[in-house]
Order: sequence, then C-alpha cells, then structure tokens
Amino acid sequence: MSVTAADRALWRPRVEQRRRTGRGFVVLCYAATALGLLALLVLIGDTLVKGAPYLSWDFLTSYPSRFAERSGVLAALVGTFYVGLIVIVVAFPLGIATAVWLEEYAAPGAVKSILQTNIGNLAGVPSIIYGMLGLAVFVRALGLQRSLLAGGLTIAILVLPIVIINSQEALRAVPSGLRHASYALGATRWETVRHHVLPAAMPGILTGTILALSRAIGEAAPIILISSIAFIAFLPESLLDSFTILPIQIFIWVSKPQEAFHAIAASAIIVLLALLLAMNAVAIVLRDRARRGTRW
Amino acid sequence: MISVADTRVASARRPPRPARSLARRRTTDRTVTALLLLATAASVLTTFGIVLVLIFETFEFLRVVPLTDFIFGTEWTPLFDPKRFGVLPLVSGTLLVAGIAALLAMPLGLVIGVFLSEYAGARTRSIVKPFLEILAGVPTVVFGYFALTFVTPNLIRPLIPGTDVFNAAAAGIVVGLMVLPLVATISEDAMAAVPRSLREGAYALGSTDLEVALRVVVPAALSGIAASFILAISRAVGETMAVAIAAGSTPVLTLDPFRSVQTMTGYIAQVSLGDTPQQSIEFRTIFAVGMTLFLMTLALNVASQVIVRRYRNVYQ
Repeated sequence: MSVTAADRALWRPRVEQRRRTGRGFVVLCYAATALGLLALLVLIGDTLVKGAPYLSWDFLTSYPSRFAERSGVLAALVGTFYVGLIVIVVAFPLGIATAVWLEEYAAPGAVKSILQTNIGNLAGVPSIIYGMLGLAVFVRALGLQRSLLAGGLTIAILVLPIVIINSQEALRAVPSGLRHASYALGATRWETVRHHVLPAAMPGILTGTILALSRAIGEAAPIILISSIAFIAFLPESLLDSFTILPIQIFIWVSKPQEAFHAIAASAIIVLLALLLAMNAVAIVLRDRARRGTRW
Repeated sequence: MISVADTRVASARRPPRPARSLARRRTTDRTVTALLLLATAASVLTTFGIVLVLIFETFEFLRVVPLTDFIFGTEWTPLFDPKRFGVLPLVSGTLLVAGIAALLAMPLGLVIGVFLSEYAGARTRSIVKPFLEILAGVPTVVFGYFALTFVTPNLIRPLIPGTDVFNAAAAGIVVGLMVLPLVATISEDAMAAVPRSLREGAYALGSTDLEVALRVVVPAALSGIAASFILAISRAVGETMAVAIAAGSTPVLTLDPFRSVQTMTGYIAQVSLGDTPQQSIEFRTIFAVGMTLFLMTLALNVASQVIVRRYRNVYQ
C-alpha cells in the first residue's frame, strides 16, 4: 500500500500540543494532591489555633461543667481508656483467633469463602448500625444497661472485622517454607502456628491491631445509642457504670450554640489527636523492634 | 518477641523437658482447633445479630406504618403531630450529602491516584502517602467540627451569604475529604497492578505520558477504580458524626445544598440523643431507617465486590 500525499496531510502527530496537555495534567496532579494536603493542614492548624489556648493541666483533670472555662475531659479520657482496654481484651484475641483459623486451618472452599465475604461485608456496615445491635443485645437483652461494658463490647464488635482482616494479611505474609519445615520436624498444626507462624507474623499483627484500636478510640456513632450522654461528672468505678468517651464529649461541646464550648471542643480534639498520634507511634516502634529479629 | 537465638540460649540453661506424648499433643491440637472455630463464630453471630435485630424491629414498625407510606411518603415528622412516616426526605438528604462528597472525592481521588501510580517518584510518594493515611485516620467527629466552625463560616458563607448554619454543602465537603484517601489508595493500587508491558507498548506507539496514563492505564484499571468510587459512596452514605454535627436536623425534600437537611444517620443520632421512650413507635422509626441504611450500603458494597470480581482484567 503506497502512502499518498493525501495520507501525509492526514498524519498530524501534533506532538508539541500533546506534550503541552501532558504538562498541564502534571500541574493538575500537583494541584489536586496539594489541595488534599492543604485541607488536612488547615483542619489541624485551625484546631490548634482555636484549641491550644484552653489546653492546660486543669483541662485534662477536670470534669465537664456548665461553664466552658471550668470544663475538662477527665471523665471522657478515662472512659476512652477503659473502652480501649475492653477492645484489647475482647476484639484482639477473637480477631486474631479468627484470622488464624481462616488462614492456617480452614480448607479452601465454600465455608471459607462465605466467612470471608461475611467479614468483608461486616467491615462495610455503617458504624451506627453496630450501635443498634449493641442497644438491642448488650443494653437490653443482656441487661447491661447503658454501661461501660455495653459500650466497650459494641466497639469491640465494630472493629472485630478490621482486626481479622489486618491479622490475616500479616499471616499471609509469612512464607510457607516456615510451616513446611515445622511440619517436617513432626510438629502438630497448633505447635507450628504457636511457635513459628504467630511469632513471625507478630509485627504485622501488632501494627494492624493498633490501627484497629485507633479506629475504636475515634469512633463515636455507636456510642450515641449506648451511652446515656447525660452529664458525666464522675469516673466509672465498675464495668456497669455509665461512661462517656472523648469523641462523644467533643460532639456534645460542638453541638452547643456557645462559641466558648466550640473552643474547648477544639482543645478536646487536640487531646484526641495527640492520643491517636501516640498510639500510632507506639505501633511503628513495636513493629520496627519486632522486625529486627526476623530474617528470611 | 523471642528470636530463634534466644530460645536456644534458654533451652541450654534449662534441663531438657521430658517429651510430651504424641497423644497429649494431638489433644491440645484438637482443643485449640475447636476454640479457634468458636472465635470464628463471633463474626457470624454479629451478622445474624444485626440482621435479626433490624428485621424484628422493622417488622414491629411496619405493623403500625404501612410499607408504602414509609417508602413513598414525602414527609417525615414522626416526632410531631401530625405524624408522617415518609422516609424520602431522609433518603434525599443522605444522597445529597453523599453526592456532594462523591463530586469532590471521585475526581480528586482519581487524579491523586494517577499521580501516585504514574508520575510521583519515591520521594514524593513517601511524603504524600503518610498524609493520606493521617487524613484517613482523623476521627469523623473532627470533620464535623471542621465543617461547622470552618467550612461553613469561612468558605461557603462568604460565597453564598444566605447559607444556613447547618447545611448539606459543608457536610458533603468534609465527608468528601474523609473518603478521599479511600478513592486515592484503592484506585492507585488498581493502577499499580496494570502490567508494565501495556505502558511500554503504548510508549512504543508514540504516546505521551498523559496518553499512557489516561488511555491505557486508567481503562485497564477501571474495575478497581469503579469499586473505589462505589465504596466511597457507601462510606459517605453511612457516615454519622460529621453529618449529625454539620448537615442539620431538618428533614426536607430538597436538592439545595445550602439549606439545612437531615440524613438517615443524622436522624438516628437525633432520636437516640433525645428522650423518646424506647418502646414507642417514634423510637422504632430508627430501626426502620437503620434497615434502609443497611440495605443501601450492603447493595453498594456487594456491587463493588461484583465489579471487581467480574470485570477485573487478569494479566499474566
């Protein structure tokens, strides 16, 4: 087939123009990314500017009050700590055990794939729906009332799928040679998991579970249905006492019309973000320390 | 954590343990298997629990309010007389907020995804990725605070002066920010999975960087990108704290983003915070609304799974 002059006239690669469009897109890329980062910086900066003046030792050690300037986050901080403990005690063992069963025990097939799909879907259920489950099951059916235990269990159930999924990923990253070597030496399945697979997967599991815990600490929606939200000016003395948590305290203060309460809401947000930051730092340190012993 | 070397030292110090009988080790093994299976049952129980609670309470609700009134009714006033139980205003409020969020998060997230996967070098990625993780980790109540005390007074009201204090636009914007990392990360993963040979083929035919990215990589990763969009919408529909703070509590059927609306989650939060008696029909409404919310998010989540499974291009 010969190339005619007419064909040549059609051949217009317009390389310069296409390259210009390309450069324009790169600018757009940077702009979009910068916009995302800027939004985060403004969010944090605005909160710091508004909340920092009210941060003090008194703020951390006082109960909420009708007066913004006398209010503090003590009850909420302690409540958040206890809810975190319940999540650690309930969701971590359950989640890691489920992950071990799914990764190390379950044969591939219908049962496993149904369980896996189920866990994936649970992770996508809106958090407030878990509040309804907690209200119906823990608060009413099990008679726990609007207690710390009911709230903690609800949040534990909420983050369970996240713990499972993150732990599964950590287990999957352990090379199968480790398992084969253990079996070859006559270990039972549980001995293999306990002495070799779990220790090797521990850095990943730790990181994943601490991420799940930080989700638990920041979560408020289900607790709206569980906690009595009333004025909590005492510390819970037992698992069956009423309680409040930091995000709920922030929500209450933001919902008030007075500017003064918005300002201390910002202070409480700084406390919450600092807490989350500290937890994530711990996760990174633990992971790095655990990783140092691992070689394969 | 105990490393291999530590165990060796420890066992050298201790006298050797008498070997446990194989029968005993097998019993332990079987017991543990049973325990693990029991733990696995917890997640199954959770699902059954959620479904049963929602079905039971919704059924009780529907004994009083006809299903057609609930689904097609355009007025939602269960807490005042005359009581009307039409869920559409709540659904429209939810979709309005989620729509604004999607309008922000989908294009922005996709561009960031393309940037991270196709353009950014290792250094840029190591700066941008942690930022996205932090953004994804900010508690939702913080986004609500930001919408109410910054976005509305500083960004929206200067442009549109008549905007309500509580409005769908501010809520939508912060929910969009909230789901932005989700879109960016999942679509980036999908694009990173596109094999290099496809890109090289396109370059060999004379394509520019942009043409490779938008005409080869994005179409090849379309199923993953679509899944990220749907998941983001699902997350936006189910988001509670930010909309409870910033979107308002006025269930009206409107598409005006600068007015106060109410979402399904916002309504559930409002009733839970109030002093409505728990056995009353007014309180039961939250389970009916919860059921609607559950079905919507479940449909979206399943849709995204189906898209990934059915339309994924598998490359060798």
